[in-house]
Amino acid sequence: MPSTLFEKIWNAHLIAEGSGGGLLLLDRILLHERTGGVALQSLRQAGRRIANPAHVFATMDHVVDTRPGRRSNALGAPRNVFIDVTRREARAAGIHLFDVDDERQGIVHVIGPELGIVLPGLTLVCPDSHTGTQGAFGALAWGIGSTEAEHALATQTLRIPRPKTLRVSIDGALQRGVTAKDLALHLIGTHGSSGARGFVVEFAGPAVRDLDLEARMTLCNMATELSAFAALIAPDERTYSYLRGRAFAPDGELFERGLAGWRALCSDPDARFDREIHLDASEVRPMVTWGTNPQDALAIDAAVPDFPAVAGRLSMPAYRRALEYMGLEPGRRLQGLPIDGAFIGACTNSRLSDLRRAAAILQGRRIAPGVRAICVPGSTRVKRLAEEEGLAAVFERAGFEWRESGCSLCFFAGGESFSPGQRIVSSTNRNFEGRQGPQTRTHLASPETVAASALAGYIADPRLTPE
Amino acid sequence: MPQPFTELTACAAVLLRDNVDTDAIIPSREIRAVAKTGLAAGLFANWRYLPGEGRTPDPMFILNDPAFRGAQILIAGENFGCGSSREQAVWALAEYGFRVLIAPSFSPIFYRNCLRNGLLPARLDKEAIGGLAEWVRQDPKRNQPLVSLAAQRIQISARSWPFEIAADAREALLEGLSEIDQTLRLREQIALFQLADREKRQWAYHLSPPAPPEGAGD
Repeated sequence: MPSTLFEKIWNAHLIAEGSGGGLLLLDRILLHERTGGVALQSLRQAGRRIANPAHVFATMDHVVDTRPGRRSNALGAPRNVFIDVTRREARAAGIHLFDVDDERQGIVHVIGPELGIVLPGLTLVCPDSHTGTQGAFGALAWGIGSTEAEHALATQTLRIPRPKTLRVSIDGALQRGVTAKDLALHLIGTHGSSGARGFVVEFAGPAVRDLDLEARMTLCNMATELSAFAALIAPDERTYSYLRGRAFAPDGELFERGLAGWRALCSDPDARFDREIHLDASEVRPMVTWGTNPQDALAIDAAVPDFPAVAGRLSMPAYRRALEYMGLEPGRRLQGLPIDGAFIGACTNSRLSDLRRAAAILQGRRIAPGVRAICVPGSTRVKRLAEEEGLAAVFERAGFEWRESGCSLCFFAGGESFSPGQRIVSSTNRNFEGRQGPQTRTHLASPETVAASALAGYIADPRLTPE
Repeated sequence: MPQPFTELTACAAVLLRDNVDTDAIIPSREIRAVAKTGLAAGLFANWRYLPGEGRTPDPMFILNDPAFRGAQILIAGENFGCGSSREQAVWALAEYGFRVLIAPSFSPIFYRNCLRNGLLPARLDKEAIGGLAEWVRQDPKRNQPLVSLAAQRIQISARSWPFEIAADAREALLEGLSEIDQTLRLREQIALFQLADREKRQWAYHLSPPAPPEGAGD
């Protein structure tokens, strides 16, 4: 029987099956301080042990201070408690811990790949909704809740309903200045925020093969905003060469043995998917959101839609509410909309290649007066590498704040926010009400579009920034 | 341990907005402690309180309407609980007093989190939700739906609707079973599976050991 990539991973991990789904063996459990500490603490309080501590990794990312030269743990109480508890519980439990001052610290979905914790064919869970990011390596990676994390820690398994399969085949090639982020926003804009509910999405086709691993992670990251259970991309030579030599990846002969198995990790030619979507990458343009949900994504040269255009997806009150919240009216063109803030970072777009592409646009230029622009590298390692190759200097000379790594202003739990009413172009993944601070107005876009907009002082098409 | 759930007749609050995300259910700043409690006051804080420092209830928000005081059932819109996986959203709803959520669809992580915390997420189609909401709104104190997990039905005076739920999830809710204990009954089966798997996929088990637990000695 021909099978899909998902089915191969599912079957290899299936311990038992019942009406509620399958009981799956877990290979890796990742935690961060915002949700992991509580899971570790309540597990210990319940008198339970972690089944396999060597397979559990904790990092500090959500509420850490990202201001330069951070000394304290977070921006103060009450946030410090999450860091303190996670640190204490992680040490007591004997799991891997990447603390605030550890050179391996970073956003969980950046360091998982960077440290070779994720490998093709593994199952990986984390109490964080963007865990599917790591499916870019051909691993089944999905987000869970804290109580599920307790179950995962105590039993090294999880029981989950079997998702359906959806293949998104992407032909053609992306145009210059158009990125995986635009591709993802295009898909979400077309299929809606529930477009992949109940499905594990496999991204396939020549346009996906052409993406480097970091761009594949961006694509898989945004599948969460389609409500996908998880996202997958079959591993290939690029995947293997990315992983070779990473800290927690197997080495030598073991790596070769892994490789032999990984090469079979692809959907068979005749495999059947529950649903298929086809897309031509060459049709995708730089994308920006206008509303308060990632599905409100439009090509950058489009105008805010009138109600009939979105009636299938939004009720009239929801539409009015989004317009009012965003301070927009129908027919307003997105390009040219004045901005107050620009943010490059988050598990979507904070890796070295993201920073390189943004820096290429910023090189030798200054951001517009009145714009607050911030760049937060996704990990301490990304920050170091970016400093070594001169990217940090480009950002700083352009007028960007250059930060320590963490989730930072992707959402405002870290204690910092943009100001009420401010309009921000952001390389993050969510534009919900209040996401980057109370009453802030977030427009999602690629790092290139954020950089071009920061220079212009308004939402700007990166393809039009002169070389 | 989750509380067992069999059936409930209670006041239902109606919040028919679509895509209510977990940031809206419990804003991040309302999560102040590493605990599963102390969250009820922050439930829907952005909508429940007027802007500003204090906690002045916004009279326009449904939970501040005296007619819906003590609601234990929430009738909600499409894609309820979307966004971040933060389980505090479910804990806040449960601590506030909700035991049943009724919506056309739920975000998958949120749905599973409900089940794990003894909160019943019941899916009804939009038309049924419309009928239910209209009936409740006529007289919220008197028009209380009956939610029966045993019968898998939601009933109002003249009508009733069935809802679907996986058999093991239903059993766990009915008995208030902890899922960890259910799984640990299979401890030996898991160990055997892992033993065979370790042979097949040595590369997946090759991990440097973490620092030993503190207080574990040398």
